[in-house]
Amino acid sequence: MNETTQPTIKKISNKERMKIPRHAMPEQEPLVRAKNFFEVPLGYTADMAMEEADRCLQCKDPKCIQGCPVNVKIPQFIFHVAMGNFELAANTLKETNALPAVCGRVCPQEEQCETVCVIGGKVEPVAIGRLERFVADWERASRKVSLPAIPRSSGKKIAVIGAGPAGLTCAGDLAKLGHSVTVFEALHKAGGVLVYGIPEFRLPKQIVEAEVQYLEKLGVKIQCNFVVGMTRTVDELMTEDGYDAVFIGTGAGLPYFMGLPGENLNGVYSANEFLTRMNLMKGFEFPNNADTPVPMAKHVAVIGGGNTAMDAARTALRLQWTEKVYIVYRRSLVEMPARKEEIHHGEQEGIEFLLLTNPTRFLGENGWLTGMECQKMELGEPDASGRRKPVPINGSEFVLTVESAIVATGNGSNPLINKTTPGLTANKYGNIIADESGKTSREGMWAGGDIVIGAATVIKAMGAGKKAAAAIHEYVTAKKK
Amino acid sequence: MLTVYPILEKNDLASKVYRYVIAAPDIVKKAKAGQFVILRLHEGGERIPITLADWDMQRGTVTLYVQAIGKTTTMMSMLKVGDFLTDVVGPFGLPSHVEKGKTFVAVGGGFGIAAIHPIVRANKLVGNKTISIIGARSKEMIIMEDEMRAISDEVRIATDDGSYGTKGFVTTILKSMLEHKEPVDVVLAIGPVIMMKAVSDLTKQYGVKTLVSLNPIMMDGTGMCGACRVIVGDTMQFACVDGPEFDGHAVDFNLLMARQKMYSPQEKISMEIFEKTCRTQEHRETAAW
Repeated sequence: MNETTQPTIKKISNKERMKIPRHAMPEQEPLVRAKNFFEVPLGYTADMAMEEADRCLQCKDPKCIQGCPVNVKIPQFIFHVAMGNFELAANTLKETNALPAVCGRVCPQEEQCETVCVIGGKVEPVAIGRLERFVADWERASRKVSLPAIPRSSGKKIAVIGAGPAGLTCAGDLAKLGHSVTVFEALHKAGGVLVYGIPEFRLPKQIVEAEVQYLEKLGVKIQCNFVVGMTRTVDELMTEDGYDAVFIGTGAGLPYFMGLPGENLNGVYSANEFLTRMNLMKGFEFPNNADTPVPMAKHVAVIGGGNTAMDAARTALRLQWTEKVYIVYRRSLVEMPARKEEIHHGEQEGIEFLLLTNPTRFLGENGWLTGMECQKMELGEPDASGRRKPVPINGSEFVLTVESAIVATGNGSNPLINKTTPGLTANKYGNIIADESGKTSREGMWAGGDIVIGAATVIKAMGAGKKAAAAIHEYVTAKKK
Repeated sequence: MLTVYPILEKNDLASKVYRYVIAAPDIVKKAKAGQFVILRLHEGGERIPITLADWDMQRGTVTLYVQAIGKTTTMMSMLKVGDFLTDVVGPFGLPSHVEKGKTFVAVGGGFGIAAIHPIVRANKLVGNKTISIIGARSKEMIIMEDEMRAISDEVRIATDDGSYGTKGFVTTILKSMLEHKEPVDVVLAIGPVIMMKAVSDLTKQYGVKTLVSLNPIMMDGTGMCGACRVIVGDTMQFACVDGPEFDGHAVDFNLLMARQKMYSPQEKISMEIFEKTCRTQEHRETAAW
């Protein structure tokens, strides 16, 4: 692996490398994709990927690795791409990242690895995310998925609760260290938010399935339809079923509603419900190939400005009977927490953004939503979050005609584990309190992802799963038995 | 740990109500009165919540009563002993709140009788006096009568058409009990929303504590989606994790009734397509013969 430290890919100067323009991502045409559920970005070709990889300066002191929550060896894998050694590139990626095809699609690289890319100061940063996606897709398509050497069984049993990004990452890392790992999943399918939350056109479920299968090949056992807290408690897993340690990655909990009049009218949904119906239950194939019904509204308002709001809005737009979709957000575009790329895609597809606008009540007839009263806002002084606080403008009320409203204003925490695990400390929001490594107040129990930090990103959850895996390994290895 | 869930017994009862005994050993270990499971028949199928009517520790089975109304429940009614359900998960919900030293009156309407069964048993087991008032449209629709008699100190029956027991509603019997000042400490009502509302309205006049078990539209059952939200008093509650049992005097039943109709148009479409497919299928089979 010595060659990876010697940046001798092509004999061209750094100046010349920086002249290569960042490769645009080929995408489906906006108006075509706005009515289908196929993936929006089509992915780089091998030539595009190699050319893009040539833009990497192979820095001696790379900033990008620290920018990545799971510390992918970015320059090394890009070096292999530039050389056309895609298999080596895939192996390098998977040393630290169990879900590269997922991360290449849904990570906010522009806030992580790419924002610290050295050439980013002068030209556009290397398209690290797109390259990661290319490598993972190439590996899957070529069926050259190779498995790392797994050490002899340690004889230690670890339970992972929740098969989302945090749990799957933790499970993968522990399996690679020779531990016997079982992942318990409450739903009928593994993947957590990757299958119930993120839509097909952003993350095809086939890809999630392939990544889960890879973990199973590593020896991870996945038990679906098993609700820890109800089917079995965490304590029972440890004392009766012989698990040496537990990782809790139960994810997002109950959705927040806004406490507005009329929010229980038929037609008002939480984003969690709407997206679960559409993604996990495949509601977009109702009534032919899926039995779970979805709202059939012509006009849809999505309230919120995060990635979940964008996902809900773009999903609603794709339903054949939808004519108009609004994003209703109380601050301005600058404060919007969603990824720029998602906002851009939504705009291209024809979603109307009603910024500095806040709903005040839901209007209905005979129990069904018919409209949403909104109020215009203006930005005032900065609030606790450092963003300028939106202040209502008196007399600016107007009614938006919608038959469906999707509330995407965040989630609380899931109560099932906390309620059934005595001594496990949580904060006032029900988030489990854990240290840097994910260690909780109870011995042998770690936690990470949304259940600890509240709603965050897939990669942050994965980072937490990874840190916890390292700590759990240390703990079970030291534990006498 | 099972990955599929076989149907071990199936009985065709009255009015499209079926009794199923399904192997689900993990669930049985933790099942408590008042809890429910979620099942899915096949890939692409809906997740539907069903209250546990009974379970058998030794055999590792759960007993469910399901009325064939929509597409999923009708498809389920077509399954046979030996067929498998793709998913059965649970138990979900908080167990029923059982207080000792009470006269416990359970009111079950239609196949809601199945849902009161384990709760009456739990009350009997702690030594409470148990009176079960069960009702349906007519005699053949009264289910689980023998099972209810085995765990109740007294069973009283009402039918709308008077074909069995008192002619009238379950509330007719309950009202007479309250009017005659028979001792009643706690009332539990499970059945159609309209019945639970009528029972709660009645007991409120007499100041008798009343529990109801709500059945809103539900999806994941783990406290993630918020579909099952109900209003109890002034607060939003989620039936899957905060319930399904709530104070009947505080529940907004009108909202619950409205929300249960959320997908009625879609359910109708689904059922029509399904019936059409079934008819075509039947036609083909007859033609082949």
